[in-house]
Amino acid sequence: MPEQSCSPCGSAASLALSQCPLSPQYTLWNFLPKNLFEQFRRIANFYFLIIFLVQVIVDTPTSPVTSGLPLFFVITVTAIKQGYEDWLRHRADNEVNKSNVFVVENAKQVRKESEKIKVGDIVEVKADETFPCDLIFLASSSTDGTCYVTTASLDGESNFKTHYAVRDTTVLCTDEAIDTLTATIECEQPQPDLYKFVGRIIIYGSNQEPVARSLGPENLLLKGATLKNTKKIYGVAVYTGMETKMALNYQGKSQKRSAVEKSINAFLIVYLCILLGKATVCTTLKYVWQSNPFNDEPWYNEKTKKERDTFKVLRMFTDFLSFMVLFNFIIPVSMYVTVEMQKFLGSFFISWDKEMYDEEIQEGALVNTSDLNEELGQVEYVFTDKTGTLTENSMEFIECCIDGHKYKDCMAEVDGFSQPDGPLKYYGKAEKSREELFLRALCLCHTVQIKEADQVDGLVAHPERKYTYISSSPDEIALVKGAEKYGFTFLGLENNFMKIRNQKNETEMYQLLHVLNFDPVRRRMSVIVRTSTGKLLLFCKGADSSIFPRVQQEEIQQTKVHVDRNAMDGYRTLCVAFKELTEKEYDRIDRQLNEAKMALQDREEKMAKVFDDTEADMHLIGATAVEDRLQEQLAETIEALHAAGMKVWVLTGDKMETAKSTCYACRLFQTSTELLELTARTVGEGDRKEDRLHELLLEYHKKLIQDLPKTRAGLKRSWTLSQEYGLIIDGSTLSLILNPSQDCGSSNYKSIFLQICLKCTAVLCCRMAPLQKAQIVRMVKNTKGSPITLSIGDGANDVSMILEAHVGIGIKGKEGRQASRNSDYAVPKFKHLRKLLLAHGHLYYVRIAHLVQYFFYKNLCFILPQFLYQFFCGFSQQPLYDAAYLTMYNICFTSLPILAYSLLEQHISIDTLTSDPQLYMKVSDNAMLQWRPFLYWTFLGAFEGLVFFFGVYFLFQNSSLEDNGKVFGNWTFGTIVFTVLVFTVTLKLALDTRFWTWMNHFVIWGSLAFYVFFSFFWGGVIWPFLKQQRMYFVFAHMLTSVSTWLAIILLIFISLFPEILLIVLKNIKEKNHQAGPFDLPVLVSYKRIENGYVKAEDAVTNLAERYPLRIP
Amino acid sequence: FLVGLGQGWGCVRGLLIDYTGTEPSSPCNKCLNVSWDSTPPCTCTINFTLEHAFESNVFMYYGLSNFYQNHRRYVKSRDDSQLNGDNSSLLNPSKECEPYRTNEDKPIAPCGAIANSMFNDTLELYRIDNDTRTPITLIKKGIAWWTDKNVKFRNPTGDGNNLTALFQGTTKPVNWPKPVYMLDSEPDNNGFINEDFIVWMRTAALPTFRKLYRLIERKNNFQPTLQAGKYSLDIAYNYPVHSFDGRKRMILSTISWMGGKNPFLGIAYITVGSICFFLGVVLLFIHHKYGNRNTSADIPN
Repeated sequence: MPEQSCSPCGSAASLALSQCPLSPQYTLWNFLPKNLFEQFRRIANFYFLIIFLVQVIVDTPTSPVTSGLPLFFVITVTAIKQGYEDWLRHRADNEVNKSNVFVVENAKQVRKESEKIKVGDIVEVKADETFPCDLIFLASSSTDGTCYVTTASLDGESNFKTHYAVRDTTVLCTDEAIDTLTATIECEQPQPDLYKFVGRIIIYGSNQEPVARSLGPENLLLKGATLKNTKKIYGVAVYTGMETKMALNYQGKSQKRSAVEKSINAFLIVYLCILLGKATVCTTLKYVWQSNPFNDEPWYNEKTKKERDTFKVLRMFTDFLSFMVLFNFIIPVSMYVTVEMQKFLGSFFISWDKEMYDEEIQEGALVNTSDLNEELGQVEYVFTDKTGTLTENSMEFIECCIDGHKYKDCMAEVDGFSQPDGPLKYYGKAEKSREELFLRALCLCHTVQIKEADQVDGLVAHPERKYTYISSSPDEIALVKGAEKYGFTFLGLENNFMKIRNQKNETEMYQLLHVLNFDPVRRRMSVIVRTSTGKLLLFCKGADSSIFPRVQQEEIQQTKVHVDRNAMDGYRTLCVAFKELTEKEYDRIDRQLNEAKMALQDREEKMAKVFDDTEADMHLIGATAVEDRLQEQLAETIEALHAAGMKVWVLTGDKMETAKSTCYACRLFQTSTELLELTARTVGEGDRKEDRLHELLLEYHKKLIQDLPKTRAGLKRSWTLSQEYGLIIDGSTLSLILNPSQDCGSSNYKSIFLQICLKCTAVLCCRMAPLQKAQIVRMVKNTKGSPITLSIGDGANDVSMILEAHVGIGIKGKEGRQASRNSDYAVPKFKHLRKLLLAHGHLYYVRIAHLVQYFFYKNLCFILPQFLYQFFCGFSQQPLYDAAYLTMYNICFTSLPILAYSLLEQHISIDTLTSDPQLYMKVSDNAMLQWRPFLYWTFLGAFEGLVFFFGVYFLFQNSSLEDNGKVFGNWTFGTIVFTVLVFTVTLKLALDTRFWTWMNHFVIWGSLAFYVFFSFFWGGVIWPFLKQQRMYFVFAHMLTSVSTWLAIILLIFISLFPEILLIVLKNIKEKNHQAGPFDLPVLVSYKRIENGYVKAEDAVTNLAERYPLRIP
Repeated sequence: FLVGLGQGWGCVRGLLIDYTGTEPSSPCNKCLNVSWDSTPPCTCTINFTLEHAFESNVFMYYGLSNFYQNHRRYVKSRDDSQLNGDNSSLLNPSKECEPYRTNEDKPIAPCGAIANSMFNDTLELYRIDNDTRTPITLIKKGIAWWTDKNVKFRNPTGDGNNLTALFQGTTKPVNWPKPVYMLDSEPDNNGFINEDFIVWMRTAALPTFRKLYRLIERKNNFQPTLQAGKYSLDIAYNYPVHSFDGRKRMILSTISWMGGKNPFLGIAYITVGSICFFLGVVLLFIHHKYGNRNTSADIPN
């Protein structure tokens, strides 16, 4: 090793860490103990383990196998699932970790597995290779010390980013040279932000003073990024293993739990109480019954000596435990594993959905967590981002204004009269020089790169052009293309010179001196260029609010009119400004910038300050308007969500006017909607704003809360009469509400505000910072009744709200992959939300709710006969069913049909669900897992249990049921009950199934056939490992008796009778319903006409109003 | 079908005689407090009259009530491998048989509470015709499940067929008067494969139960199996039930294709059938009514 000392401050530990970015939990050796430990930490598994241990220790009626086997099954299935997932992680890891990289040691290249790279190693990476860890860029094959990197796999941005080598090491571009380097690197603690890095390198030259250089994100090559267009680079590893930014970003996967799980736990407690109750009742009755000595110990059934000798209290306790064990099947051991399997397998249906497949990006929906499938059916609030979510984020240059003169492409005006390079239609004309300055500004002030056409992947390609533009921001591409339309073409960046072809087809060269990058706080970006004549120019473009204060005030007025009008039309506007710099000014700026860049502490703030100073006293040239097209079927989707009872809130960082017009365009606001504004405009500025806010809040509150009941009381309720309200609020006002400066009186703003919000059909929050978005989501999430919230967004700024909401949905948009990576589900387009929620969410909810209820039901009617039997066997804990049946009931006989049902059931077809959003309301508020349906299922289970037991009990009043007079014993009794049970619960499911696939048929009839087959098999052999041959030919004998057949059929019929009756009644009701007047004039809002009779013509007009032609 | 079902149990003839003897007037009252080892056995005779002849084969059952054959301690108190003829289990019975596992340090064969408490009353039936008692032939084979008799229950194997030798080293259950190899004179009904024993070993489901005791076959086509008339039942009263408030019964019954007399199924089927019919009529009526409304509502549209 050369004298390469490397001390990343605070990350000494990283030297020891192996490189495992996705952190597999297990190795081959610790898998078993560790996994078991993890699994038994779950309360349910632990409970079953306890039951199992009780069975092993205490003399219990059933052998330990009966509960041990299901537990083993559950544990095994879970372990296999987790092991498989872990194996996937291992495999993904090995791809990365075992891949070979070249490390320079002693001036030679050494091949190493990438996981063995240590901090301080110098790594060589060749073109199109992925960086194996986070590297500080030292030298590259290109002499200027730059390299191009694409971070597509990190944040989805496919443009090439230029990274710069440390200035003093750029020359060290051979193995030998790099080996001579002696340097120390200090860097900050590992942090997940991909775009932030602060560090310092101190280079010890052989003869001169050590040189310190600052390191920034532009020097850092991230693990996972790919080297492009550069032959090879050298870099020194600074973060490896778990400390790489990529690994840090993969952590913190959401641990969201669904509301269904909470219901399950509540039900479990009920059943646990039933279990304890049963055991207590039985124990008590047992001792009451036994108080009679000839019951306790008749001559034919004496106790063993041991039994006589044990203390009564201890005996009672063991009896209690025995009853617990006997009835413990009431808590379904396999429910958890079935639920988990259902979720795991069910999530595939979302990713397989062809309708959610997007041709453009060649991808379908993505499921990051399968725990929340059913939550999709419970959403009450939808929080959506605007740009890229409601809109397509594919920008199109619409018009611009230069010094107040509007320029618009004639193509847009003359319909179908296409003139490819036609003249511009001028609405008055600005000076030629200003015009050219403006266009040059558009051409220069950006970070767009040129990509040769043959490498194009998926981005817009022009057939006649040999290149295409790529950029992290689609606005910039639109602007560059816009400039091209007016004759100024950006030809690319070569050696820090930007080439432009102007209107006269001449090529102009500009030296790029500095790029003052865009950031969301400043909301602007600038470039400083030197023209060929030596003039120094600064071009700046940014949001109007950030540009206007920095330009000459007299210039604003003309442009502002245009900007405002464009914003009203829903366009994204940017203002362009410039200033000329003198050499002296430039020198100062240059120095300040470099200083700030070198700073190790507070670099951000220092940079911001320099930027702020630099971008001042500019001259406004003009403004641009870029259209961000609405996503397809946006209005329909929003209407469907509304009709489904969801409230849609738009949270955007955009300007109020733009956002508002988008909201109108997507019909979130109707023309009839009364808008309540809480923005800087209505609240005003200055000291009085809090008072004004207070007044407004009270006024709106009064309007909504107190006046609304009056309208409701009106005789004829219709949507035209009841006013809909929309609320608009902006970021500054929101922060005023949420974080009031005065503590007195204003603390209840929040609750008033919330009440207003909840009354509004649509809420628009504009000018939101990412954190504020999350704040809003949290505020709604924590209101009374804790409604289920859903956030959908596409950009990095939506991540916080995606993580905050119950369900986070990412759009696989153009702003990178951060949103979809942090989301629970990712879909290609906003319109897919409709199917995802209305169809998939609804179905998943119904399925899982049915699954849970069914599980409790089937175990109740399984165990109830066993409980009743205790009354007829002297409370002796005699099991009714054979051990094999007890064990297999939940695992084999009844598990697969419900699993298939819970995967495939469509009680209403997907088409109906998507086209009739009102159906979604039927399952809202966790409707199928409330206490009423739970009680229904419980009573059903109890009823069936009673029928099973007493049916067979009365049958056994004469136990000679065979035609040869032979007599059946207790095991036949149990087997008859069990047969009726298995058939009933399976057929009950068959009755519930509305959507039959071959799979349903297969598992339902297959399960029944398997039961019969198994029973024959189990009773057909004398099993040497069994102590008692209880079941020997019991099943076969049972079937030889005609009475038994009749009884089984009768009991199955009686058990299912209520269900059948219900179905028949429902059918009749539906028929009756259909005969009634038109039922569904679904309105734009989710409110329904409640006064009943609407004539057909009205309904048709309503329908027409419901789907008006979209205004493009 | 329902009619057939009704006939199924309607034509089944049955007769039940409680011979516990709790009532002082009962002829068996004297035997009420017998114990296991009373020799000679207490005997009593009960006379009864058949009003109707029993045409087809008659099955003779004994019934016990308040006898918990389904008590857990009782149900598990057996050793199936011993009963299956396993020689090692014969001499070393399962622990489940406690406290009926060994007696005076000798293993009990068959061990366990079930075997120990085997029903041991002897019932004999006589037809009284003009003061002459004609014994009625009671067949004691064919009362157990075929699979039990031929597969599940096996005598221990060894040299020769002498059961006495094969059961060498074991002792009889405490309550039994005779060892297991002296249950019957016929070798194919002796030892573990004695059918009375096998029937007893199939534990009943409920505390009141009956078990098949004997068969009475119809001799020829011209005569009913049991003619109407007077009969007498001779009982060798050995089995004490009074201590646990139990009852003992003798049941004579014919069997239809559905099995023994069982009112439950018939009643249940008739009830369910009529409910279904009633509901069907009601629903049909409703359907008809709404069906009409349905069409009339369509007209304005």
